[in-house]
Parts: sequence; C-alpha cells; structure tokens
Amino acid sequence: MSETLILSARWGKPGGAALESYRADGGYAALDKALGMEPSAVVDEVKKSNLRGRGGAGFATGLKWTFLPKDIRPRYLTVNADESEPGTFKDRYIIEHDPHMLIEGIALTCYALDIHLAYIYIRGEFAKQARVLEQAIAEAVAAGIIGPKLLGKKDFDLQIHVHRGAGAYICGEESALLESLEGKKGYPRLKPPFPAVVGLWAKPTIINNVETIANVPWIVKHGGDAFAALGVGKSGGTRLFGVSGHVNRPGVYEKPVAYNLKKLIMEDAGGVLGGRKLKAVIPGGSSAPVLAAHEIDISMEFDAVKAAGSMSGSGGVIVFDESACMVRALARLSRFYAEESCGQCTPCREGTNWMEGMLERIEAGHAVAADVARLEQVANSIAGNTICALGDAAAMPVQSFLKKFRPEFLAHAELRRCPCGDTGWGLTQEPRDAVAGPMRYAR
Amino acid sequence: MTNHAGGVEGLPREKVEQFDRELAEIVKRYPPDRKASAMIPALRLGQTLFGYVSPAVQALAADRLGTSPSRAEEVATFYVMLETHEFGRHLVEVCTNVSCSLTGGDRLWAYLKAKLQLAKAGTTADGKFTLREAECLGSCGTSPAILVDEEMHEQLTPQKVDKILGGLT
Repeated sequence: MSETLILSARWGKPGGAALESYRADGGYAALDKALGMEPSAVVDEVKKSNLRGRGGAGFATGLKWTFLPKDIRPRYLTVNADESEPGTFKDRYIIEHDPHMLIEGIALTCYALDIHLAYIYIRGEFAKQARVLEQAIAEAVAAGIIGPKLLGKKDFDLQIHVHRGAGAYICGEESALLESLEGKKGYPRLKPPFPAVVGLWAKPTIINNVETIANVPWIVKHGGDAFAALGVGKSGGTRLFGVSGHVNRPGVYEKPVAYNLKKLIMEDAGGVLGGRKLKAVIPGGSSAPVLAAHEIDISMEFDAVKAAGSMSGSGGVIVFDESACMVRALARLSRFYAEESCGQCTPCREGTNWMEGMLERIEAGHAVAADVARLEQVANSIAGNTICALGDAAAMPVQSFLKKFRPEFLAHAELRRCPCGDTGWGLTQEPRDAVAGPMRYAR
Repeated sequence: MTNHAGGVEGLPREKVEQFDRELAEIVKRYPPDRKASAMIPALRLGQTLFGYVSPAVQALAADRLGTSPSRAEEVATFYVMLETHEFGRHLVEVCTNVSCSLTGGDRLWAYLKAKLQLAKAGTTADGKFTLREAECLGSCGTSPAILVDEEMHEQLTPQKVDKILGGLT
C-alpha cells in the first residue's frame, strides 16, 4: 500500500504553486463541497479527524475551534507561519510549493467559523515565502475564489492578508503573535483569557499553525474519519517531519502521525552521516528534551513521545552523531533562548542569560563541577515560573542534556577544556551538498 | 517634529511623500480604526527608504499611524530586522544555530569573519558589509544558510559565498 500524502503530494511539481495548477489537480473542490454543507458540519468533520495542532503543542484543533464564544462578532483567524523553532523547517515548503492548499484551508476554516478576516503572520526572514503568499492571495482574489463571494457564488466576504514579522522567535507564541500583529513588541499575554475568547483587537481569535490549516481541505474532501484512520487513538493524519543535522538525507518527510522515530532517521533520512554512531536526537524542535541513542525506537505520536519523556513538538528532528559535543550544542541553544527571551518575566530574562554564560564557561573550560549543579538549579528555577512557554522551552534542553549527558559536562569541568577541541560540532565539516546531496521531500 | 503638510524634519520631502503613498496601500490590510497594526511594515518601509529606522523615521511612522513615538521606538528596538543605527550597504547574516553548525555553519561564520577582516560581528571599514550571526532561519534541511539583504541562500560552501558576495556592489 502506498503511503498517503496529504501535504506534500504536489511538492516539486513545476509551476505547482500557481492557481491554475492547483485547480487542475482538484484544488478548491473541498471548498466547493463545503459550500453545500452547513458550517457546523465542517467543524464536525475536523473534530472527527482528530487533527491536532502541528505548531508544537498538539492541541486538538476541533476542540480549540469550539472555544469561540457563540455570540461575539467579529471573530478573526490568524495563521501562524512564524516557523522559528530551531530544527523546524516544514511550513515554508507548504507555502513555497502549495500556497493555495493553505489558502483553501483558510477559506474553509473561515467559512466553518463565520470569520471574515484572516491574517497569515509570517516570520520576517521568510521574504520569498511572503511574496509567494501575496501572489497566491492575489490570484485567488482575481479569480473570485475569495473576496465578496466564495468561489464566485456564495455571499461570504473573506479577506486574507499577509503580515510579516521582523525577527523575533517569541512571536510564534500565540499571544505574542497577536501583540505583534497589533503593532507592538511581542510580549506574551497572561492566559486566561485565551485568544479564542479575547484575541486580536480583544475579539475572539483562532490561531492555527500553517500545517494544521493545510490539512483542512483534505479532511473536508475525504471526511474526518478517513483522516483519523491514518493515525492512532486521538491523533489523526500524517505529519511533516523535518530531519536535520548529522544524517545522510536531511529533509522533510511526510509520514503517518505515529511513525517510528528510529525508522525515520535510519531509513528515510539515510542513517547517520559518515556511518558514524548515533549519539542523541532532539525529536520535536530545539525545546524538546533530548533523547539518547537507545531511546529513539518510539512512535512520534504526541502522547507516545511525551511518555518517552520528550515531545514531538514541531516535528523538527535534530540528529547528533558520536563526534558532536553536547556541551557546545547546548551552549548554542542556550544562547538562542537568551537572545530570544522577550524580557518580560524576570526568571526567563535573567535565567536564560545566566545559563548562556555558565554554559560558555563550561565549554571554554573555565568552570568547576559545582557550576554544573548550579546550572541545573537555574534551569529548575525558570521552568514553570514565566508567563509563556519560552521559559520552559529554555529550561528543558538544559535539564535533559544534563540528565542524559552529564559526564560530558563534568569532563569539561575536570579537564578545564572541551575534550572535543576543534571537532566540537562533529566531524562533518565538508560542504553540505558534497556529503548529503540535495534536500529530499517526503518520497 | 512632524507637520501635517507631509514634511518631517531631517527627512527628504520626496521620500516622505513616497513613504506616505506606499503606507497608504499597506494600511488597507487592517481595519480603518486599527492602523497602528501596520507599525512593523511601516518601520520596514522606513528602513528601505531612509536607510535605517532613525528617531525621525520612528516619529514619522507613529504620526502617520496615529500612535505615539514611544510605541514606534519599542517596536523598532524589539525586532532584530529593524535597524536603529546605520549599517553597511549589504547585511550578511549567518545562521550558527545547531542544525547549521552541525553541518558547517560555524565554520562558514569563521570564514566570513576572516574574509571580511572582522574580529566579530560588525561593519567593514569601507561600509560595504555588515556581518553578524543569525538565529535559526528555518533552513535546517538545506544547511548551512545565510541571509544577504534579507534574501536566503542555502546549502552553502565558502566558494558559493564568495560568488554571492562577489556579485554585490
């Protein structure tokens, strides 16, 4: 049986991003079908599908939609295209290769939820992808697919706009995203109230990830049950897994939501570079607790990875071979969180900088064993003590690296230097295309 | 600082007029009573037209969007892609986050510093290049990656970087 491809089926097709090409392949048929359905029936299909949010938290999409208060208008949709979690690089390919699938998903979601204004919040660094979206939206408006009517026949005003960020990881956090969209700095809001109740401009707002919304056309076309059947338990469908780091075939692989992590790395991504031994895997974006090599024979389904002590998060899988220095890797990740902390909460603003500095000293051989314990204390003091999840996201790598690879940290303290020296980022320093070939898509 | 005839102290009048024309298009994306939502695009536009987001540009954007200069300043200083100081003619940003560095990003950063004769992030003496590290650019499967003047280049080697920078004036 060939694997079902929902999201990546049209990737790589010449001219595939154009409206004409999308329609020739059956695009916007799901919207046409939905216009013959009650909006609530569309919501029911999404609930039945067991679609869970692909941005990182894995929250049930249909359930999130039901949090909208019944009697408050207007409501808004914002699509989160802020893809900034290190190791995550999937939404951009949906946008680059099949932007109309996303636009159809937005139109369906808006029809289902009686929303007439939608924004795609895209990170500032995705300049090309923003242009692709603007072009696709312009095509859809010109063709009368969206605008005063849907598909030129149903009176339903829908406007979709692209809003570019300007470089801030925190704006992927949904309430910071809203602040940013309101023209402010990206400070996360206290919750509750959740955005579904008090969101953009204080109105009820649904925020979904690009990949989440891109699944909606398939769900409407084939039914929620068919989508649910591709997964297990309360997780339906396929997912885009991005595999990067020390593998022979880095790339984005679309697989059933409960696909085996070891198989993904060792078979699909071609195994570890240079035939070296696997050391560690971060399974779901940089914030996800690291797994040691012997812990990766698990399903990537949200609850399964949680049971293994980590999270499948954004599906960004980062692979480290035996030559990688875990202290150096963690020091770099900690610098990232220190850079990206918005500065609103003291434990995160101060703590991420402390962790960065302590890790730089450990890596440089300027620390003693007691500093390793102190580092752990700082991480524990941040976790759970901040308004948004960035504090936890910064603490979890530190806590898990120390738990799984503590001897490496202590060796740095004892030797007063990095035992790996120049090879701390691993033995693979040849140009990427020479060692790994071009990026693969889900084939 | 601003006056409603369209001029702003220290900013060339014709560029302010261009700013106003382009901003009028941008604000159409937001409800009429929510113009201040256009702050990021307004400041980006200002950076494109005036070189960087100076206090005068911040004041211009705030004035046109009906909000306070402090609101413009807090946005201008929060987002890394908005520059509040002058920088080189070309901005080169190298991703050194984990996925890139596992496959050569850190080495590319060292190569670029040596090539541009900079000990750390900064601007070359001739003002041609500003070089700095970037956080994850979402190019982990096509690493290493850099941004040059906000455009992404991927699967890089020193030779490819030489070619990209060599094509700039």
